[in-house]
Amino acid sequence: MKFPTRPVVLGLLALGFSALILSRAQAGGGHYYPPVADSVVKEECGSCHLAFPPSMLPASSWKRMMGELDKHFGDDASVDPEAARKITAYLVANAGDTGGQRYGGKLLRGVDPATAPQRITTLPKWVREHREVQDWEWRHKDVRSKANCTACHADAELGYYED
Amino acid sequence: MKLRLALSCIALSSYSLLTSAGPLEQQLAAYATEAKTANPAFAGFSAARGEQLHITRFGLGKPETPACTTCHGNDPRTSGKTLTGKHIDPVALSVSPGRYADPAKVEKWFRRNCNEVLGRECTPLEKGDWLAFVGSR
Ligand code: HEC
Ligand code: HEC
Ligand code: HEC
Repeated sequence: MKFPTRPVVLGLLALGFSALILSRAQAGGGHYYPPVADSVVKEECGSCHLAFPPSMLPASSWKRMMGELDKHFGDDASVDPEAARKITAYLVANAGDTGGQRYGGKLLRGVDPATAPQRITTLPKWVREHREVQDWEWRHKDVRSKANCTACHADAELGYYED
Repeated sequence: MKLRLALSCIALSSYSLLTSAGPLEQQLAAYATEAKTANPAFAGFSAARGEQLHITRFGLGKPETPACTTCHGNDPRTSGKTLTGKHIDPVALSVSPGRYADPAKVEKWFRRNCNEVLGRECTPLEKGDWLAFVGSR
């Protein structure tokens, strides 16, 4: 087990570095939203749908959502208190008006954090970006829900949202 | 009645032969204890009843999810998909050997999924039957 460790670590470092370059190159582009990197959040918030990037909503939204997980859009998404604490801390630290500001800032323009919006898909900027998507496209059997980002953004799991 | 009893005993014991005391078997044992408490006449789990549970369109929970098959598909050996497009690995143990290793995870999803489909939690008998079904595929 000793041998493969080093290359793996080096590989991860290289990946982190190129991701940094990429995000710089795209600053202001509005295409890249760092995907969830925490394994607990990925597991608990990425089974029913894409684990949405924390920078797409303000911290207040995540706090409210985490307090109402037993009534989550008609589903019971509740987790044990220890996991809930970890997930809330991660989402709040990387929200679009905290650590994730340089990624999510544009998407959250015109959003009052005090309203703690619960959907990304109703943010004014999101709605504007999708105004050209036709009704039949939303209803297509491979889409069905606006929250099914990956149906149209093939690299959404990697954080990329161009078309 | 006697025949059915005998059959489910056979089903259960042949099932035990297939999986020698793996994590799934431990959970089946736990559900069996609960099932026996709920009903002293409990005579073992049945993969056939589990399959019935899997494919029945109950429609008693959320209207969009009438059955287990809505998300997990008809064939437990193939992948499923949630309504928001998220891929779900097959539920058949033979195809996804890593499954059913974490009792808390199993319980969490039974609670969520049974509520979505049946509008209530599943009984220990239903849980054991369903696990016997996916464990036999
Ligand atoms: C049991 C399934 C389930 C789990 C687990 C779950 N969600 Fe959801 N989530 C849903 C459903 C259903 C919707 C509504 C989807 C739709 O509109 O089609 C939703 C919607 C959302 C939305 C709004 C999407 C939009 O329309 O902009 C966000 C944000 C969200 N979830 C975050 C989370 C977070 C954070 C977690 C982890 C704590 C989580 N979800 C765990 C089922 C789940
Ligand atoms: C039915 C297909 C479809 C779905 C589903 C969809 N999008 Fe989009 N999205 C589009 C299209 C088309 C555009 C416009 C692309 C363009 O102009 O470059 C777009 C643009 C965007 C942009 C702006 C990208 C840019 O060029 O700045 C973002 C961010 C985005 N989508 C996020 C999301 C998120 C997050 C979800 C899920 C909650 C989602 N989309 C779901 C089709 C979709
Ligand atoms: C709304 C979609 C949906 C429906 C309907 C559904 N499931 Fe699930 N199920 C999931 C998801 C998502 C997971 C978690 C992802 C995974 O384990 O791959 C899951 C996981 C499970 C697990 C845990 C598996 C493990 O590895 O521990 C069990 C048990 C389960 N489902 C049983 C059922 C039963 C029984 C029914 C019908 C009564 C059902 N499901 C209906 C979506 C669904």
